Amino acid sequence: MSVQACGDYAIIGKPVPKKDAWIKVTGEAKYADDLFLAGMLHGKLLRSPHPHAKISHIDTSRAEKLAGVRAVITGKDFPGVKYGNMPQTRDYLPLAIDKVRYIGDEVAAVAAIDEEIAEEALDLIRVEYEPLPAVFDAEEAMKPGAPQLHDHAANNMSAETAFQFGDVAKGFAESDYLQEDLFETQPIKQGMLEPHACIGQWDETGKITLWASKQSPYVVWKQLSMGLGIETSRIRVIQTYVGGGFSGGKQEAMPMDFCAVVLSKKCGRPVKFVHNMDEVLTIGHMRHPMKLWLRTGVKKDGTLLAQHLKIIADGGAYSSIGQLSMYLPGAMLNLPYRVQHVKYEAYRAYTNNGFCGALRGHTIPQVCFARDSQLDLIAEKLGLDPIDIRLKNGLRPGEVTPNGFRLGTFGFTECVEKAMEASGWKEKRGNLPRYRGIGMGCGSLVSGARVMGHSASTAQVNVHEDGTVALVTGSTDVGQGADTVLSMIAAEVLGVGLDDIRFALVDTDMTPADPGTFSSRVTFWTGNAVKIAAEDARRQLAEIAAEKLKAEIDDVVFRDRQVYVRNDPQRRLRFDELVRLAQHRLGKVIMGKGSYTSGEALIDFRTGYGNMSPAYTPSACVVEVEVDPQTGQVTVAGVWGAHDCGFPLNPMLVKGQVLGATVMGIGQALYENLIRVDGKVMNPSFRDYKMPLTEDMPKLANVGHVNVITNDPSGPFGAKEAGEGAAAGVIAAVANAVYNATGVRFRSLPFSPDKILFALKESGGKGGKAQVQSQSFT
Amino acid sequence: MKPLSPVSLKVNGDAYELSIPAWRTLLEVLREDLSLTGTKRSCQEGQCGACTVLLDGRAIYSCLFLAVEAQGKEILTIEGLARSAGALDPIQKAFVETGAVQCGFCTPGLIMAAKSFLDENPSPSEEEVRRATVGHLCRCTGYFQIIEAVLAAARERAGKGAPA
Repeated sequence: MSVQACGDYAIIGKPVPKKDAWIKVTGEAKYADDLFLAGMLHGKLLRSPHPHAKISHIDTSRAEKLAGVRAVITGKDFPGVKYGNMPQTRDYLPLAIDKVRYIGDEVAAVAAIDEEIAEEALDLIRVEYEPLPAVFDAEEAMKPGAPQLHDHAANNMSAETAFQFGDVAKGFAESDYLQEDLFETQPIKQGMLEPHACIGQWDETGKITLWASKQSPYVVWKQLSMGLGIETSRIRVIQTYVGGGFSGGKQEAMPMDFCAVVLSKKCGRPVKFVHNMDEVLTIGHMRHPMKLWLRTGVKKDGTLLAQHLKIIADGGAYSSIGQLSMYLPGAMLNLPYRVQHVKYEAYRAYTNNGFCGALRGHTIPQVCFARDSQLDLIAEKLGLDPIDIRLKNGLRPGEVTPNGFRLGTFGFTECVEKAMEASGWKEKRGNLPRYRGIGMGCGSLVSGARVMGHSASTAQVNVHEDGTVALVTGSTDVGQGADTVLSMIAAEVLGVGLDDIRFALVDTDMTPADPGTFSSRVTFWTGNAVKIAAEDARRQLAEIAAEKLKAEIDDVVFRDRQVYVRNDPQRRLRFDELVRLAQHRLGKVIMGKGSYTSGEALIDFRTGYGNMSPAYTPSACVVEVEVDPQTGQVTVAGVWGAHDCGFPLNPMLVKGQVLGATVMGIGQALYENLIRVDGKVMNPSFRDYKMPLTEDMPKLANVGHVNVITNDPSGPFGAKEAGEGAAAGVIAAVANAVYNATGVRFRSLPFSPDKILFALKESGGKGGKAQVQSQSFT
Repeated sequence: MKPLSPVSLKVNGDAYELSIPAWRTLLEVLREDLSLTGTKRSCQEGQCGACTVLLDGRAIYSCLFLAVEAQGKEILTIEGLARSAGALDPIQKAFVETGAVQCGFCTPGLIMAAKSFLDENPSPSEEEVRRATVGHLCRCTGYFQIIEAVLAAARERAGKGAPA
């Protein structure tokens, strides 16, 4: 990890520890499951054992009679209003009413005095189902006559997108070479360690409070309002510490949240729900499995002319945020390479599988896997170096893409060059021993996007008389470091210490409304809001200081908890003295506020044109692998990345984000696969759902990350996205490295030992290098 | 009603006399009866390591261990680690300072595992640290900063002549 110059900043750019690390290492941080309220009951959910069935009758009487059970509810205890992210995706019910659509769909809920009794009561609920024909394959689901999941969606079409920019027919006609491939990706789970958990309370006055592990508490707040048919003013969502998000359900209201509050109403007591891990791994929110047909037209010199991408995605039983999920791959086909003619079609089909949504990078890693795998195929056909074809086509700062993305800073070339240098690409490529290979993959991401009506973030900076600051935002720290980075921004502006800032957890009654934590938006959007708010507070203080110090406002400097005159630093006040002067003598309590939004129009995800984000980040990743020809096992021997995060506000946290994202990419490339047979998840356990472990990781000496500094003028202190983008190219890098090692091209994820062994056997067990060598001899 | 068994536990130096069903796991009793919620409940099947505590200095998954079996042994949880040191333990400090903590849910378990491991092997190689932590899942960090933290803690403990 290279250390970057921090400029003249006191705090920004320093690798300081995460603010909440101290209470996390001591075990004091309270996650939702760590809360115990007086008189609290325990809830459990009954789930459908059928992938598709009508519910003809539910008899809860035996469960209700079990000693220790306090209440049992079904879908009829809710108003029957469907909720969801966007008007076109509202297809969830808190509990199923007349129909279940996947194995795991929630049907009833119990509150009891302990978890065992609640579990036992589930067995006593008698549900009469009329099983319906089910469909588990997206293409089958789109055919006429397929079982239909939702009345509103003919042919199970959950979301559909088609757009063309330029003229691909013309582009293909002008091409010297066409490459067409079919890629397939698997369903993977977010794999956060903290299961979903909440406590719901419906008090005597009708006020609803939900304490919950949520990454986007305001989305939960709105969805609770929708599904309960109750105005938001009566609902309060209080966010606890969050044990990992990755959009694994914590970004939305879940059946457990609705059931906790409605059971609380029935029982007059708070009700707690915590999922078991088999529930977490079975139920919805997982990465979309996809088929991607990609056709690319290219000139002899490697110039990309046209790309046509068609996607069919298995959306599972519900929408989540499917319209956006389908827009993104086509939109991101425009980055980071310059392609004049782009055509895109995407179909997200409802099936009777667990439903899909976002997961670190949303649907972007899938398209990067396909596109950057294919780039290597093209490079080989044309006799070009994989690096050269990337550099040749890479977008430059200031360009506008065919779909209307306006690039500001965009250090793509630097990313490729830095990743190449860090990995020793030139020495290694072509010179590694048999079954060892090296490959590159690239990607791009947004720094937040306007995906719904409300996109603005807001901050309040409340300055206290002891010189400390309460920073109040609507943003959530899910572990990524928002608490620290946002506090660093406030501290830098006000010239106080990082320890002087207190970062508030979201409480919808107290904190400002915010869209949530997704699309790598928090540092950029909330960061900008915090900067504006802190500058507002500073201006209020500077006016008072200028008067007191007899100086111009613009000459008042805030630094190291001191306030002084720029060219005469002896004329100074302590920061806390100044605050007390304002508050006690002048009666001015200092509160700064700021809001930020990009000002971009909401994109119609079905037509696709427009500037989605205020800033885009490119990244490049090089992976070196060793393939064991006896076992088919792929070992990652090294990984080197470069990422343009604008400016790393905290390089230690950026490193954690980038490497964490990278390892998630390795997990999808090599190990992870949620296996379903007729809709039933066969590996809903961390024993069988294989995520990367410490021993799967390369040595520290073979891991490198370079921050490409571009200082984006629209980001807070030059910062852009850092949480998701670095993962985008990893899967393709692994695919390209495995090809380089074995001569076998895998177009289907994951690259598991069985596939590798089979492919090596098919290729005569010789591997690609052996074949290439033998060709050169003949 | 559930039959209750008298159980005596010694946790973080404190003695507790409890009456609990004999099938309750140490994890459940620590969290629900003793309010020691620093030990995390995640997979509950011995796969993720989030519930790791020390039993006479040895790291165990408390979700797979009955509380009754822990009688007569010294149980150390994450809450006891800092307390016994009077400040942050060098391992906790290293986790803070190297960026090994993101969401923090795996952290207490990993720190306890590292404690047991470093007490046995005060100057481990990177490879040994990797092997010692292989029973722990972390989805945030990709593990690199965790491995760095354990190595840094080993150096810190060596420098200060940590008690054997």
